[in-house]
Parts: sequence; C-alpha cells; structure tokens
Amino acid sequence: MSDRKFHPETLAIHAGQIPDAATGARALPIYQTSSFVFDSAEHAASLFNLQTFGNVYSRLSNPTVAVLEERVAALEGGRAGVASASGMAAETMALMTILQAGDHVVAAGALYGGSVTMLAVSLRKFGIETTFVDATHSEAFAAAMRPNTRAVFAESLGNPSMVLLDIAAVAEVAHAHGVPLIVDNTVPSPMLCNPLALGADIVVHSATKYLAGHGTTLGGMVIEGGKFPWDNGKYPGMTEPSAGYHGVKFYETFGDFGFTMRCRMESLRVFGAALSPMSAWQILQGVETLPLRMQKHCDNAMGVAKYLQDDPRVAWVNYPGLPDHPQHTLMKRQMRGASGLLAFGVKGGLHRGVKFIESAQFMSHLVNIGDTRTLISHPASTTHRQLDDVQQLAAGVPPDMVRISVGLENLDDILWDIDQALAAAQ
Amino acid sequence: MNNDLHALRHILKSYRTIAVVGLSAEWHRPSFFAAKYMQSHGYKIVPVNPRYAGQLILGEVCYASLRDVAQPIDVVDVFRRTEDVLPIAEQAVQIGARCLWQQLGVNNLEADVLAREASLNSVTNRCVKIEHARLFGGLNWVGVNTGILSARRLT
Repeated sequence: MSDRKFHPETLAIHAGQIPDAATGARALPIYQTSSFVFDSAEHAASLFNLQTFGNVYSRLSNPTVAVLEERVAALEGGRAGVASASGMAAETMALMTILQAGDHVVAAGALYGGSVTMLAVSLRKFGIETTFVDATHSEAFAAAMRPNTRAVFAESLGNPSMVLLDIAAVAEVAHAHGVPLIVDNTVPSPMLCNPLALGADIVVHSATKYLAGHGTTLGGMVIEGGKFPWDNGKYPGMTEPSAGYHGVKFYETFGDFGFTMRCRMESLRVFGAALSPMSAWQILQGVETLPLRMQKHCDNAMGVAKYLQDDPRVAWVNYPGLPDHPQHTLMKRQMRGASGLLAFGVKGGLHRGVKFIESAQFMSHLVNIGDTRTLISHPASTTHRQLDDVQQLAAGVPPDMVRISVGLENLDDILWDIDQALAAAQ
Repeated sequence: MNNDLHALRHILKSYRTIAVVGLSAEWHRPSFFAAKYMQSHGYKIVPVNPRYAGQLILGEVCYASLRDVAQPIDVVDVFRRTEDVLPIAEQAVQIGARCLWQQLGVNNLEADVLAREASLNSVTNRCVKIEHARLFGGLNWVGVNTGILSARRLT
C-alpha cells in the first residue's frame, strides 16, 4: 500500500494538525505557555540533548506554532520548517544559520528594500559581503560566484519589481558551486509557486502576507527542502560538533532536516525571534483558505492589469500575467498564477502617481501586501526609501512606480476606485 | 520493502525488542540517539557491536553478534554500511527476527529481498526514531513534514 499524496487544498486545512491528544479538540488549541514541565531530570536531560522530541520553552518550539511550521512545510513540499516573528526574522535566520564572517552572498538586485538593507548594511557589519546581480540573467549569478560564496539569495517573484527568478537555472548555478539557493517565496505563496520542486534548497516567507491573508498578524517561515548535501566541505557548522549546541553534529544526527534543527537550536534559540502561539493560530486561520484566496487575488489582479493597460492615463503596467510581460513565458512555466501584486506608472510622472494614491477611496495607502483589502503604495518613498537612486533602479523601482496589492473586493468596485483616482490625478 | 505508513505503524506497535546492530556507546552518535529514544519509549534494546562485547550500553549487555543473543529478537535495526548488511540480514532470518530495519542511509536491496522472501518485514533507508516520532508524536513538534493527515487522536 503506498501513501496518499494529498493536494494543496487538503494540506492547507489538515497538514500538521491532528486532534489534540489530551482533549480531542478538533480545532487547533492555542498553547499560550512559555514553558513545559519535565517528567523527570532524566527526561529534561534527554530533551536538552535532543535525544527525544518534546517541548521545553516556547522560544524553541510550541505545539501551536509547530502546526504552522508543518503546514507551510507541507504546502511547499519541504522536509521541515521553522516559524519566526516576521518575514525579516525568517530571512535573517536562514542566512545566519549557515553564514559566518568572511563569507560571501550572491543576491538578486530586485529584492524587497528591507532585504537589500539587511544584506548590504547589516550583514556587512559582521564581515559578510553581498554581490547584487540582475535577477533575470542566471549567467550574472554564475559570474558573481567566488570561492567564499556560501549562499545565493533571491525572490521567486520580486516585490515590487515583478521580476521573476528562473529558479531551475539559478539553482543549477548555485549547486555547481556547492552552495544552496535560498528563495523568498512570499509574493507567489506556496499555492502559485514551489521553489523547492524547481531546485531551490531553502524557502523563506513573510507569513504576514498571503499566508495569513488578513493583514492582522506578523510572522515568517523558513522551510528546508532536505536535499542539499551539507557535507560537501563548505559547511563545517553542519557537520562538525556544534559549539552553539553542546557538540551535536546536526547533519549527521538529523539528516535531511539537519538544517532546520540547527536553525531552531542555534539561530532561533539564540537570536530569539520566536513567533507567538496566538500569532501562529491567527496565521493558520488564513492558511486554511489560501487556495481559494490566491485564485481570486490572481483573477482580480489580471482584471486590474488589463484595465490599466488599456487606459490612456497610464504610462506602463508591470504584471507577469500579461502576455506582453518580458517574463510571461517563464511565469507560465514555473507558476500557477501571477499573484495579486502589480506595478504601474501614471502618465505625467511621480506627482500624478502620488495624487492617484491620495485620491483613492477604499484602496488603502499603506506598506503591506497580500491583504484581503486592496493596498496601494509608492515604493520609492516608502519601502525602498533607504536605497539611493541607483539601488532603487537596480531593485526594479522607478521613481513613478505605484504598487497595487489587489485585494478580494468586487473587481468592478476596485476598477471604479482606480478610475476615479486616476481622474482626480489628472 | 515495507516503508508505507500502515506497515510502519504495524511494525512499531507489534514488536517491542530491538537489536541495534552497530550501536555506539558514544552519546552524540546517531545510533545512541535512536536507541536511547526507543528505550525511553518502552522498547527493549539489545546492543550488538563486537567493539563493546560484554560491556553495558544504555544499561544493556552488548553482544558481539546477533547469533550470540540468547533472547528472542523482534526487530534487527542496522547501523552499518549498506555493503555490510547482507550477512546481518541472513543472521536476522536465522535467529527468527520478525523485521529487518535498515537505518537512514542504509539501503541494501538484496538484503531487503532476502528478508521479505523469508517472511520478515523489511524497512529500508529509514530512522527508527524518526519514524516512531512521526507516527506516534514528537516529530510534529519540531516542524517536520510528517505526511500524516488524520481526524483521530494519536494513540
């Protein structure tokens, strides 16, 4: 008898959560507790030695948070996952688990502004250098690789550049150099793209966005594919006794989820960006409806993109779902939809774009994406404000760019609000 | 091989005595982790390793080979190189074991066939500790994708 391979719609509701052993509760209980009792001193020692699985302290693991971890890992087709307090925390943990001073990262230039700052400024302070390359050319990644490169980092679909990464091609480049490809899959969500199946090794998410979907709760996820050979000589921290966790050899002991265990026992435990059980529960409420929502987000975004493309008041539209988008073919090959995010420019430049944003009636001017509500923003003055003009263009953010995260409202109502705001901007 | 959920649940529920072939006495080795875990979950562990013959590991006498073990063995859990498994499989059949279990990274298909032809259950390339924690709880607490979907409590 072979095991059933369940579909994403089923996994989104069931993966990771079986009825509570103690009470039989069908819905997920919120284990709002900092700590867990030991049965004996011997039990405590076994837990600390990782010789038995169990909960010690909610900074390391928590039964409610664990359900989110397993569910997103299942949706991504991954081996294991760790949740974190935010998407930035997830990205930090994924990188800090494998990097050390003297290491080098090759990263896509078209990244979320916070990610650029983390790589270019924060990690640099600790002696980790990053080369940013054009994400649309896999040869650019190959050309930037150095003997001390230890990670390749990119977004599957760039926010807000809408630049797609050819995941299979860049994974091949990374693997030829013996390093893992880490992909931020926040914008497509696991419903539209699964980087691990295309060759990526680690996926990170801001769960705040489509995974939660309701714009109420911050969270992040790190997911491991389980196929990367950490014993290739470049990652002694994975194969040698851990100085950070009393001599455990993570890869030898935990095999295909050794990276996740190291991320949990070294990075999460030490840096402390743990997700609260209440937040995990709230994010999971959203995950259950992710398949339905992503379809609607994609349908509405396509409607908005087509409308904008035909409107004489609009200078340009950037949405990979449009057939004339330069990466439309790649989108069709590695995604099941182009997401709810798109960017456009109002004719007449920046000041008209600003007027458009300020004239919207129910579209919200704020810097989040993946909400039920339609959200609009001006990246050059907000999310990418810390970058200089050159960095902004490298990140795919022209000064007149307006970003829309198309929500789940009625499409005609969204188009009505866009129309009246464009009229007001003239 | 019998690596599906139904078979693994049957094996781990029915059989309680596990001979761990290649068990290390060093606390940080995977074989020690697995054996200590199974012992703490109620299984009787029988260490088999010529290097520690006659000594105690985890409070149990270690034997040089499976043939030296006086008590009945249900599961022969193999922590050895893939190429060394075949004679161990033959011994497992000779001593009347019920299951040959090759650990994660150990995948001798000849031994698998030999065990199944002798009516033993056979598991390949799986960790007994990880599979136990996957089926009966624990692995789901550390974010691992267990692949278990169920509307029943864990028992």
